[in-house]
Amino acid sequence: MRVHPFGRILAAIVTLALAACSAKDERKTIVVAAFPDLDRAVKAALPAWKRAHPDIDVKVVSREYGDHHTAMTTALATGSGLPDVMAIDRDYIGKFAASGGFENLAGAPYDAAAHKGKFVSFAIAQASGPSGNLVAIPTDIGPGTLLYRKDIVEQAGLTEADLTKSWESYIASGKRIKEKTGAYLLAHAADIRDIYLRSGLSDGEGMYFRGDGTILVESQRFVRAFELGLAARRAGIDAKTPHWTNEWSEGLKRGRIATQMMGAWLVGHLKNGLAPQTSGMWRSANLPSGTYGSYGGSFYAIPAKAGNKAAAWEFVKLMTMEREIQLGSMRAVDAFPALREAQNDPYFEQPIEFLGGQVARVLWREIAEKIPAVPVNRNDTLAAAIVNAEFDKVLNENKGIGAALADAKQLIEQRIRR
Amino acid sequence: MRWNRRYAPYLFIAPFFVLFFVFSLFPLAFSMYLSFHQWDAARGLEAMRWVGVDNYLSALTDPWFRKSLYNTVWLALAAGIPQHLVALPLAYLIHTQLRKSRNFVIGAYFLPYITSSVAIALIFSTLLSKDFGVVNAALGTNIDWLGSADYTKPAVAIVVFWRYVGWNALLYLTALQGIDKEIYEAARIDGASSWQQFRDISLPMLRPMIYLAVTLTLIFNLQLFEEPFILTGASGAAREAGLGGVGQSAMTTAMFMYHLAFSDGNFGTASALSWILFAIIASLTWVNSKLFGRGSGNLGPH
Repeated sequence: MRVHPFGRILAAIVTLALAACSAKDERKTIVVAAFPDLDRAVKAALPAWKRAHPDIDVKVVSREYGDHHTAMTTALATGSGLPDVMAIDRDYIGKFAASGGFENLAGAPYDAAAHKGKFVSFAIAQASGPSGNLVAIPTDIGPGTLLYRKDIVEQAGLTEADLTKSWESYIASGKRIKEKTGAYLLAHAADIRDIYLRSGLSDGEGMYFRGDGTILVESQRFVRAFELGLAARRAGIDAKTPHWTNEWSEGLKRGRIATQMMGAWLVGHLKNGLAPQTSGMWRSANLPSGTYGSYGGSFYAIPAKAGNKAAAWEFVKLMTMEREIQLGSMRAVDAFPALREAQNDPYFEQPIEFLGGQVARVLWREIAEKIPAVPVNRNDTLAAAIVNAEFDKVLNENKGIGAALADAKQLIEQRIRR
Repeated sequence: MRWNRRYAPYLFIAPFFVLFFVFSLFPLAFSMYLSFHQWDAARGLEAMRWVGVDNYLSALTDPWFRKSLYNTVWLALAAGIPQHLVALPLAYLIHTQLRKSRNFVIGAYFLPYITSSVAIALIFSTLLSKDFGVVNAALGTNIDWLGSADYTKPAVAIVVFWRYVGWNALLYLTALQGIDKEIYEAARIDGASSWQQFRDISLPMLRPMIYLAVTLTLIFNLQLFEEPFILTGASGAAREAGLGGVGQSAMTTAMFMYHLAFSDGNFGTASALSWILFAIIASLTWVNSKLFGRGSGNLGPH
């Protein structure tokens, strides 16, 4: 048979390509998509992964926080470009959980339901879908805490108890701090609103929606949260600075903001970038008025259309259920472990230099156990944006709280009909 | 096998058509299709559900849409009109007064246009910082440019004006350079003053370019996104990100569209909104062509 030279070249290329593919098959690679600083926690765990699975490589794809979640939404939409393991932030877990695009880790072959007790309960509630399925495993959590500048508070002649006794005493302390030191109590009046909205919730009651989908924004909890925020604004004790802006980080750096209510992970951010020169001046306390709430947190999920689910599950287990790995993440990026077992390490008893030697991790561990298990709803971010916009009107345009909340409810209804 | 040369031309022009189909025609058609569907993107393509014109009605009745449209038009006018009022005399000045330094000057004015809008917005957000910004330090003020509803829109308008004024000046300069010098000579012999030459020769002869430049500004400004998006804190908490700052005072329609799609996951209504925006831009361009475009093909001053 006479073969055209072109045909021979083609045959050679095909053979080579096939050989390359089969060679590739021997070495498996799983793709883990994450965002900063979680990507650093993943990279810190890679040596341990290599020891356990020398034949499986891990490729970490890291994007900025917003870009990561947009890219993941697009990947879920089209079913292409999906990683084997997907990191998801708390703000997106509700929406993603409802999508049905993930493996139910509570069922076979994962049977993660048996491991639920290993984690703090509120994080498991956040990762649970509407039908009781488990779409992700929590890796780190953000126990809500009140960080305050000890030097400023003392200069105003106040104590920690003045800040935390009640919301009224917190605001009164703010007035005194402003008067004596010129510093603002809060970065933004929305800080109070946000934390109050998380308080007084019973297990199973959502932040914006009840389990049956009822919109809760006209409830007394929202009215009171708005009232407290407005009271702080009227008292002139908030710096009117949203988080993560230049103004905010400068305010923290220069001691213009005396307290900040946020997840305990903020200490890591303050130490590593926001305000390293304020080391030793901060202290961590319970949130005012005996409130317990969570801020942020990260999860790992396996997309239903992932290519290497078995290896992906091994990886998720390593990141979330291995005590040493969880502690490694904590040392690497100050990620507070969601795994209870990791919270008993002697590391927790160590004083934190940035907090002036305070043994704060023990406090955060106690807080984490008391946080109510608030379920998330796929429309939480939508509702949060609308409530925030109406709160702005209350603060800046003298809109009545009742009218603002009624409008918020109406707009949420209109949007979620879509 | 012999290669049939008849197909060669098609093969050579194929890359354009393939790219055009994949990156232009398909997304366009898909967004039209999407605008009639309800779709939670995270659920995959299977989750699309036909809802007719519901998305359009929903977008049009959304109070945030009205707010965003007002902001967009406000910014388009406040940033757009001064661009031309400054660029036109500037181009005339460069054309008539500068000789050697002309290229340098026009280059300096053009630089902001080719700089990344993201970089510009980030630098301006630092410059306009309330307590630590250079602008307030220079003016001796304490204005919260990007954190107060009264100042956010003007601040964004200033940045947009600064960015595009050089581009428009370049357009006008190009047109001025195309005008025959003999016309000016004849006018000078007839005793026309500088101002008369500008008013009676340059301005009418620039009319086609004014029409083009205004049309482009209209299209750019009504699609305004990057500058207000980043200036008002795109990296903030999810509930505030990309919503135009306090009181959504600089939330443009394009930003609202982005929020609907990527924050709310409501791609159907976002697509409908993009077609509504397209209709608005198309009709305003049409109005502009009716008002100013007439006779623009005629280069004569009569």
